[in-house]
Amino acid sequence: MPDRVASFEQLVLPHMPAGYNLARWLLRNDHDAEDVMQEAIVRAFRFFDGFSGTNPRAWLLSVVRNSAYTFLHQNRARELGTEFDEALHTEPASNGLTSETPEVLLLRSAQQRFLNEAVEALPVEFRDVFVLREMEGLSYKEIAELARIPIGTVMSRLSRARRQLQITVARRGQAGSTS
Amino acid sequence: MICQETQRLLDAYVDNELDLRGALEVEEHLARCPACGAEEKNLRELQASARANLTRYRMPPQLEARLRTVLHAEEAPTPAASASAPPARAALPTRHDWRWAALAPAAAAAVLLVVAGPRLWPRPSEASVADAVVAAHVRSLLANHLTDVASSDQHTVKPWFQGKLDYSVSVTDWAAEGFPLAGGRLDYVENTPAAALVYKRAQHVVNLFVWPSKRAGGAGFAGDGRSPQGGASSNDEPPQRVSRRGYNAFCWAKDGMHYWAVSDLNEAELQKFVELVRDHR
Repeated sequence: MPDRVASFEQLVLPHMPAGYNLARWLLRNDHDAEDVMQEAIVRAFRFFDGFSGTNPRAWLLSVVRNSAYTFLHQNRARELGTEFDEALHTEPASNGLTSETPEVLLLRSAQQRFLNEAVEALPVEFRDVFVLREMEGLSYKEIAELARIPIGTVMSRLSRARRQLQITVARRGQAGSTS
Repeated sequence: MICQETQRLLDAYVDNELDLRGALEVEEHLARCPACGAEEKNLRELQASARANLTRYRMPPQLEARLRTVLHAEEAPTPAASASAPPARAALPTRHDWRWAALAPAAAAAVLLVVAGPRLWPRPSEASVADAVVAAHVRSLLANHLTDVASSDQHTVKPWFQGKLDYSVSVTDWAAEGFPLAGGRLDYVENTPAAALVYKRAQHVVNLFVWPSKRAGGAGFAGDGRSPQGGASSNDEPPQRVSRRGYNAFCWAKDGMHYWAVSDLNEAELQKFVELVRDHR
């Protein structure tokens, strides 16, 4: 029995920071992220005997993700299943910046500042896929398995998340530079 | 390849998710289409920016320590627990339908020891309520989530529960008797919401859980052949003491409500608290 704890600690616990980061991005505050993380670890441990895969990080992330969605479902259901404002998609995503002028660089740094906020503002299903891809470097296939959605859905969510981010960042960047 | 098709595949291309043939086709189009080329550049910039600039949230060190504690607590069953507690693993809901509310008490209950005599708690349903209540108590301390409404004012705490529970909870501040009210919390015991009233005694915390007797969590009490005592109501039950993992707990039923008081206080002091609450109404 002690071996079970030891192997869990060895295999799964090293990925707790990745799990926490995902929980924090999905829930958007420390308190809920901590609660969800605790539930996820207890849950992961209880299901550990059933874990036979080769990717403990993806496995832990999937448990964290499930816990986070369950939490959202029970406490903040209105954040789930939301869609983008379709009107936004009619705007060109390109901000037309091509040269490295000081204005462009300034705007870029502003864009970087806004990026965190823009990602936070994404509907959770899109934020989820975006964070798994860009922060955890998971492949489409890994994300699809983890989130139990088709690869095509991963691709379209990621694509829409990026278009939305480009629009949001460009728009705020422009607003910032003209005010 | 036309622009529309390229746009559709551009994310996968940038993510190196296309097969060789698809990638070559996109590349070929990008080489001769400035608009799509600009789009690709934007995507790559966004990707680079995201990787460089998104905040990577650090796990608080105390959380990690707490999780390790929880983990070791999980792995502490003894033969006594496995003999008299329900088979927690088998009873777990499946991966798809598990419920948040159900998880925490059940998870902790799986590891709590049955220290008090099997004589008092012969049946798994009762043992599991005790486990769940103690687990909820431990969780309230571990998770730094003692109160949802922090107030020593019973007139603040009582209304807070209205709308969150389908029953009314009587709240009394016992400060004069040495048990000041610290607040209230909505907790879950055996899948069902329960009012948790929080009292302090020096450095100790007492959780008083209250729920209506008729619900499932308290069903183990009634109809088990024990004769009613006290005579006030046929469903009243005198306080019974249980201990789990060094925590003392008393449970009783009165006027259609079930009560569980849990604390690390010694038995005598906790009993004093129980008598205060029980004799009050």
